[in-house]
Amino acid sequence: MSDATAPTQPIEVRFRGGGFAPKARRWVGLFVFVFLIGITEIGTRQGWISSLTLPKPSDVLATFGELWESGLLFKHLIPSLSRLAVGAAIGASIGIAVGIMIGLFSYVRAGMVPLVAAIFPIPKIALLPLFVIWFGIDEASKYALIAFGTFTPTVVATYGAVDNVDRSLIRMGQSFGLSWLSIVRKIVLPGAMPGILSGLRISLAIAIILLVAAEMLGAEYGIGAYILEAGSLYDLERLFAGVVILSLLGVILSTVIGFIERRLLGWRA
Amino acid sequence: MDIRLDAISHSYGDTEVLRDISLDIPNGKIVCFVGPSGCGKSTLLRLIGGLERATKGRVLQLGTPPEGCLNPLTYVFQDFALLPWRSVHGNISLVLEDHGIKGAQADTIIADVLARTKLSDFSKALPRQLSGGMKQRVAIARALAVKPAVMLMDEPLSALDSQTRELLMDDLVALWTRQSFTAAYVTHNLAEAVRLGHRIVVLSRRPGEVREIVEIDMPLADRSHGNTKLEQTQKHLWDMMRDEARAADEELLDV
Ligand SMILES: Nc1ncnc2c1ncn2[C@@H]1O[C@H](COP(=O)(O)OP(=O)(O)OP(=O)(O)O)[C@@H](O)[C@H]1O
Ligand SMILES: [Mg+2]
Repeated sequence: MSDATAPTQPIEVRFRGGGFAPKARRWVGLFVFVFLIGITEIGTRQGWISSLTLPKPSDVLATFGELWESGLLFKHLIPSLSRLAVGAAIGASIGIAVGIMIGLFSYVRAGMVPLVAAIFPIPKIALLPLFVIWFGIDEASKYALIAFGTFTPTVVATYGAVDNVDRSLIRMGQSFGLSWLSIVRKIVLPGAMPGILSGLRISLAIAIILLVAAEMLGAEYGIGAYILEAGSLYDLERLFAGVVILSLLGVILSTVIGFIERRLLGWRA
Repeated sequence: MDIRLDAISHSYGDTEVLRDISLDIPNGKIVCFVGPSGCGKSTLLRLIGGLERATKGRVLQLGTPPEGCLNPLTYVFQDFALLPWRSVHGNISLVLEDHGIKGAQADTIIADVLARTKLSDFSKALPRQLSGGMKQRVAIARALAVKPAVMLMDEPLSALDSQTRELLMDDLVALWTRQSFTAAYVTHNLAEAVRLGHRIVVLSRRPGEVREIVEIDMPLADRSHGNTKLEQTQKHLWDMMRDEARAADEELLDV
């Protein structure tokens, strides 16, 4: 442009679109894990990671194998899983129900939103003694703790999701004379589903954290009890074996939600 | 079934949007509403369909809806308002389910309306797989499925390109010719108004008042492109609209 006489070379237009559309890249996640574990293994073998800092991953694996063979793994895992399942199911279902009510009714919203805001920042672990008094030292108090911890993030995610449902779709439903229940069931709920599911990802991770906390404070069996015991003995291999189980649990839950998302939210793609 | 607007006025807070509107939407006719942007056309349509309550005046139904009519006053929205998680078939069955129409009976109705809107091959498609024109045809099919007495159409073709709009106008004319329906049709586009309207209501700038009602008695099927009589009507409408738009501009300058 600046020099009209010079013949300008054609320049190919630079590509600047694309991106912002994550795709399934299944093996990358696995690769990151393998890479990190591999580095640790090499480091601990060669000595530039001292054995006090981190245990050898192969030793952790061996500990894991022992756990499996002695049958202790399931003795710890099954109570933990059932606590997680019961607690999270109670917390998430009440949370979704309350979240939808907040999204639909002005009075529920006016009453509950400040309450939820007040409950959310309380570290639920601090309330465990209270739950023990209310529900006894047994399973019930653990269920309550996990349920309570899952409840708040689920509520917040759910009513946000309901607020985001396209109002024009609701008007459409009304204009065709759909009943209130049909509108909620067929328009509001499916429309809020993406937000509810991404809220569940967070709630379930919190449920795992609280599961361990509850088990540390009083349980004979359970991953939390196992980790606590290992920790008090400074048995790093067993500690890490416990931690790996928790991580695996997190990965599995996240995969399950991903699967549900693909099933229920295929229309988004 | 006719619709009568009886001295309708409407305000949002202090803003008066519609003032003293009285008119009839006669059975089997398409009544078009044109007027400058913001004069309250969409508001008027929401009042007619009962989605909002008028501050003053009443909307009356005269006579009974035809037999088999599930939803007498049925909208076709500018933004289609299709549920993205339901297929074309599912979007139409949505409005039948609540009337207890399911299974084979629903399938018959859906097949019929899809055939009338030339969508039979797309019954399983999701909205995101359809073009804009097809989405609006689905919305029209959905409206037809409930056998409305009056269709309330708010700029149904505005989101579409001009070729698609032409084609859909032809489709609407064909639909009406086969089986005449009653419609209140809001549009910005005067060509659309003279093509589809038996009666064209020109609203003034806000607060919207009826400025003139133009009757066109030429049958819809005869209204071809380049028809001089229609072009004259269109020019007449355009002059009125331009005056209103200019007056609205000058009001802004005065402030
Ligand atoms: N819910 C509402 N609350 C307050 N004001 C509103 C509301 N809906 C519409 N208005 C106002 O009423 C006036 C008329 O709006 P309306 O949407 O009916 O106009 P319109 O004729 O359909 O315009 P357009 O041609 O741009 O679609 C506008 O000034 C708008 O700002
Ligand atoms: Mg409008």
